[in-house]
Amino acid sequence: MEQTEIKMSGKDVSVSYGEKQALFDVNLDIPAKQVTALIGPSGCGKSTFLRCLNRMNDTIDICKVSGDIRLDNQDIYHRDIDVVELRARVGMVFQKPNPFPKSIFENVGYGPKIHGLANGKAELEEIVVKSLQRAGLFEEVKDRLYEPGTGLSGGQQQRLCIARAIAVSPEVILMDEPCSALDPIATAKVEELIDELRENYTIVIVTHSMQQAARVSQQTAMFHLGYLVEVDDTDTMFTNPSDKKTQDYITGRYG
Amino acid sequence: MMGEHTVKAFDEDLNFLISKISEMGGNAESMVARSVTALVTADKELGKSVVKDDKILDALEQEVDDHVVLLIARRQPMATDLREVIGALRMATDLERIGDLGKNVARRAFQIEDNLPPKKLLRGLQHLTNVSLEQLKDALDAFVAKDIEKAREVWDRDDEIDSLYTSLFRELLTYMMEDPRNITYCTHLLFCAKNMERIGDHVTNLAETIHYMVTGSNDIASENLNDL
Repeated sequence: MEQTEIKMSGKDVSVSYGEKQALFDVNLDIPAKQVTALIGPSGCGKSTFLRCLNRMNDTIDICKVSGDIRLDNQDIYHRDIDVVELRARVGMVFQKPNPFPKSIFENVGYGPKIHGLANGKAELEEIVVKSLQRAGLFEEVKDRLYEPGTGLSGGQQQRLCIARAIAVSPEVILMDEPCSALDPIATAKVEELIDELRENYTIVIVTHSMQQAARVSQQTAMFHLGYLVEVDDTDTMFTNPSDKKTQDYITGRYG
Repeated sequence: MMGEHTVKAFDEDLNFLISKISEMGGNAESMVARSVTALVTADKELGKSVVKDDKILDALEQEVDDHVVLLIARRQPMATDLREVIGALRMATDLERIGDLGKNVARRAFQIEDNLPPKKLLRGLQHLTNVSLEQLKDALDAFVAKDIEKAREVWDRDDEIDSLYTSLFRELLTYMMEDPRNITYCTHLLFCAKNMERIGDHVTNLAETIHYMVTGSNDIASENLNDL
């Protein structure tokens, strides 16, 4: 295999919610400018792992994370790390589109504004337009930028959330089942977008759709009961996985 | 062994494919065996029955094709399932071709008419046929048992068929040179020998496909070397 740059890495990552341990000693490298898919049955820990990558778990009081998670070889759980800045570098898109109850423009412009990425209105406008274009949404909304984002269709709202995530120029984008609430056409548009975003961003996606993981990712990691069972390049994973649990899960023999 | 699918109809779909491939294998085997018997005994009725059976084999192949297309559309198979489905498709093609080659031999039974070739000319062809049929049978057994060792042995033995064919070719050539009256049926026999050799090649494909279905690797040869 050719040498690829590692953007993020998890070493011996364990996570507990109170008494209950959700992740056990996970070791996983996230290669730069690739899509890594995390798969596995519900409750396997894939979303928990995803949430460790930008410290979303910090917001849950009883959640305890141990181990070593690095972004560009820098410990993101170090006490000198500014979590707000971290989340600007590692953005997130959720399962259900969650636009702010504000205009389309403000939805995308909010992040760059509070992070001070734009000097003046013209620059902010440029960022907003560019982000919407990158998210493949601009053409559809250019005439109603000041209408509420909540008035868009589900698929458009999800692309708006992706535009919002990329507006702050993140390096990594985490996606937690970004298409599970979308119809097949909207799903196809988001998948197409993921493929384009890969050129500039490192993407980690949690998905319940095996076919989606096979279509959009280059690396796939299989989780089961809190353990990382197998990780391999996606093509191998879906034609010839090594682990029986992976085999059973992706062929529909699990449980 | 693999467990059952959560969706039971998926198992039924895959089992249906396996049973169809086995059925095709049985038909192809019987067609080839009867075609050579028809030829060496100039039994036109038997020859006719082989030609007729080819239609059944063609229909079975069509059935496998249709089923595979539907199965992919409905279930989007992955991993072993995917390999099994693709493998079934490939095997159906090879088995249908084996049937065609049998049909071609059976047709020659009509052309040889009543002047049967001397027995000694037929012995070589019969031996070659037996070896090819043995190979086909072993490949089908390997398929049913998912036995890659057996598939590999079949794959290895194809050289034997090739050298049998080469020596039979020389033998027939010698007879033709000895007596020009031998030329007509020796030529027929030569085509038949060629067909048996081709059947051997299709059996090699079957062995490769079985290996792929079970292991996920297309490289049956290099794994042989690794085992040494």
